[in-house]
Amino acid sequence: MGKVAVIGVGHSKFGDRQEVNVKELAFESVKPALEEAGITRKDIPFVSVGSVGVWYEEPLPAVAIAEYCGLTGAGLTRVEAACATGSAAVYSGYTAIASGYVDLALVIGVEKMREVDTFTAVELMGRAGSYLWEFENFGLTFPGYYALYATAYMNRFGATEEDLALVAVKNHKYGALNPLAQLQREITVEDVLSSYVVAWPLKLYDCCPITDGSAAIVLASEEKVRELRIDAPVWIAGIGYSSGTGTLSYRGGFIGLDAAVRASRMAYSRSGVEAKDIEVAEVHDCFTIAEIMAYEDLGFCNRGEGFKIVREGQTEIGGKIPVNIDGGLKAKGHPIGATGVSMIVELTKQLREEVKPRSRQAPMRNYVALAHNVGGTGHYCYVTILRR
Amino acid sequence: MSEIPAIRSRKLEITYNIPISKTKKFWDELREGKIYATKCKKCGRLYFPPVADCGECYSSEVEWVELSGEGELLTFTHIIVRPTSFQDQQPYTVAIAQLKEGVKALAWLTDVKKKDIKIGMRVKLVPKVFEDGRVAYEFKPAEKKK
Repeated sequence: MGKVAVIGVGHSKFGDRQEVNVKELAFESVKPALEEAGITRKDIPFVSVGSVGVWYEEPLPAVAIAEYCGLTGAGLTRVEAACATGSAAVYSGYTAIASGYVDLALVIGVEKMREVDTFTAVELMGRAGSYLWEFENFGLTFPGYYALYATAYMNRFGATEEDLALVAVKNHKYGALNPLAQLQREITVEDVLSSYVVAWPLKLYDCCPITDGSAAIVLASEEKVRELRIDAPVWIAGIGYSSGTGTLSYRGGFIGLDAAVRASRMAYSRSGVEAKDIEVAEVHDCFTIAEIMAYEDLGFCNRGEGFKIVREGQTEIGGKIPVNIDGGLKAKGHPIGATGVSMIVELTKQLREEVKPRSRQAPMRNYVALAHNVGGTGHYCYVTILRR
Repeated sequence: MSEIPAIRSRKLEITYNIPISKTKKFWDELREGKIYATKCKKCGRLYFPPVADCGECYSSEVEWVELSGEGELLTFTHIIVRPTSFQDQQPYTVAIAQLKEGVKALAWLTDVKKKDIKIGMRVKLVPKVFEDGRVAYEFKPAEKKK
């Protein structure tokens, strides 16, 4: 297995981007990613596009985007792993290089979710999982899936709605500092508690918004890194992955995501890194409960302690391990195909120590970062560890 | 919708014919008031929802086993913001319960006040036939022991 580095990153503004189509939105990230890497579109032999689609008009987004960005002719694939699509696309590019098949790859994550109305988006997300057994007759929604976990978790460990709200407050605090975030404003616990109920016990401010956005990274082999004289390559130290059943009622319990536990153990073992070595993390906070379970699934704390480390401020800058200091899915937004790539863009900047404003830069000693990207409710999970 | 310039795409209505030939007994028995699971004849694994093939040992020899419906509530949520195709419904409660036979089931929980729903409460999974002829199943609070 050859080493693989991130040598260029690009990231669009996340939000309600109805002034651009999916191709134009992807271009906003592709251009800076190639420029940063010091290469042109003609140098790219392989492109992996992560996009779930269905909420925008193009059924073959990879083809449409490659054409628009002048990448036609390169090897091309489109990847889907629900909300972990971006990470799956990164994995596709990573293996293409690690195997020695290519020495450069472009990974694009993009989603345009706001070309349909909110209830249709709710329906399309709710159908994902086990359509016949959990949607057809029962109309489960995505907030609903996580709400089932939230109810079970709170009952088991005594966490409260206020504890969940603290995750939203933290992530909005950092989202307010991120010019690319969808929701750039601070909120209070009271704002969360008084927002309307979406799927009890989850309220509007417990949920990430519906987002348009793109992110792109250029990956390179060790040889290519030398050839291009990249100053600060960020290496992919290891990727772990796993999956969970589509049908929730086939699962063992509802207080954590088994797929995330397995994916993280694999990522740690592949990279030779332990949870305690991580200096900054991006975790999948599509709902506040998801971030709390992520801490536990990743081994940042013991099972049942996730809400306590939020209370203690351990996951803020200055705490034991800063998490989602770009606003997370919660405030930055969650264009589902782009999110996994966006996490790598953010962590690359953190590891290069070039985050602006500086108040959003995590302190680095060992230069180790982790991205945890969940698809569905633990239907898929990818954990990617980066180091400089 | 917004004032941002856009072209409204052509409309396409899609519905799917979901095949149920291999689990037809399940749907037929629901109309008779019974809830069935499948059990793998080779490895003994019980499946609810039912399946025609065992993903564990890869045997396609399965038998039908009637469930008592008796269970204990594991978790629940009240769905307030509903998908497009559920807009005509009132908000509903979705629950998961552990059934006596060892499998879990997910369905609506009805006939109980929100404040009376508690994790651990005893529930019963029962068939439900809608006015339009569709069949499904739902949880109801278990009747108190005599």
